[in-house]
Amino acid sequence: MKPKEEKSRIPEMIARRESDLLADWLQEQLAAATLRGDLMKESELREQSHQFLNLFVRACSQQTGMSDISAPGWEDTREFLSSVSRARAHQGFSPSETATFIFSLKQPLFTLMRQELEGDPRKLADEMWVATALLDKLGLFTTEAYQKGREEVIRRQQQELLELSTPVVVLWEGVLALPLIGTLDSARTQVVMESLLQKIVETGAGIAIIDITGVPTVDTLVAQHLLKTVAAKRLMGADCIISGIRPQIAQTIVHLGVNLADVITKSTLADAFAVALRRAKLVITRAENHG
Amino acid sequence: MERIPILKMGDYLLVTIQVDMHDRLALTLQDDLTEGIARTRARGVLIDISSLEIVDSFIGRMLGNIAAMSRVLDAETVVVGMRPAVAITLVELGLSLPGVRTALNVEQGMRLLQLAGAEQENFNGRGER
Repeated sequence: MKPKEEKSRIPEMIARRESDLLADWLQEQLAAATLRGDLMKESELREQSHQFLNLFVRACSQQTGMSDISAPGWEDTREFLSSVSRARAHQGFSPSETATFIFSLKQPLFTLMRQELEGDPRKLADEMWVATALLDKLGLFTTEAYQKGREEVIRRQQQELLELSTPVVVLWEGVLALPLIGTLDSARTQVVMESLLQKIVETGAGIAIIDITGVPTVDTLVAQHLLKTVAAKRLMGADCIISGIRPQIAQTIVHLGVNLADVITKSTLADAFAVALRRAKLVITRAENHG
Repeated sequence: MERIPILKMGDYLLVTIQVDMHDRLALTLQDDLTEGIARTRARGVLIDISSLEIVDSFIGRMLGNIAAMSRVLDAETVVVGMRPAVAITLVELGLSLPGVRTALNVEQGMRLLQLAGAEQENFNGRGER
């Protein structure tokens, strides 16, 4: 280890003049162009800054030193920064606005160091370097944590979308319907296929209708996915009807040369349902008016 | 030697696969079944695979082969109770078993066989034998 780190006076300086530093830092943050008063209250910012300084001083004074923020001594600080970044990512801060939280500490800290180490330029330069390197690392860490927070949100939304998009409904005894909405890709088709087949087993339904009214485009891949689903259902012993084929989609399918000859296709869900009822030997009649 | 039992129910043969199929067992079943159809003059074969959890391309092809062989021997084959995972696997393997009839359960499979039998009777008067 570099010997100069061991005698770093930074923690001691900060601890001694913490309130001054905090005030300066807050002023700096409030004056910055990246301040988002609309997203966060001043009192909250003050609380966060205060908490961070506390943790920062504690971490700096530890044996592990100030060069490696992945050391165990920095764990509390890291955790705190992660939670702050994540919260800000959710609140709608931009990455640079989030990172400014750390970077805006530089100026007040350097001012403080200059005042404290006035007579010793060598020492001042060394300490400056240590502090810059450390704050840069912490700043990058916040950005990373911010990114992770965002990714978490995206992943959760994807998951929710996947769950939302595959409802299997029972239309009648022995007749299932699966209204598909949105673009079909391999992953979704897999989920759709599995949930539909599972439902067929549970209900013992003989006929399943896949309604693609909500599918914006059908290309060869989507058609292939549909055919696979139909084939799998046939293997299990259930019949399949594809409904909701719009005129443009019918044209596309023919132009692409997709062979849907083995599949029953209907233009509306109502037509498909009528076929399903006929298969099940059920008839719908208008009730006589007994008025 | 391990064998899959083949039960005779009226004019039909009933095969229930309740163990994991390995290649030797599948071949034995193929032999026994063709033999059985010829001996009993069965009109249909019902294969219940509801306990079958794992299939590979060989077993998939074998199911197709058995169906084709029975048809040559003038018997219909119905495969019943295929699990979703098995169905997906077979489709992914490209084995959609075009010549095989399928049903959700034994009951529906039996009905299918009876229908097919009735159709055939009308067609070539086989019922007179």
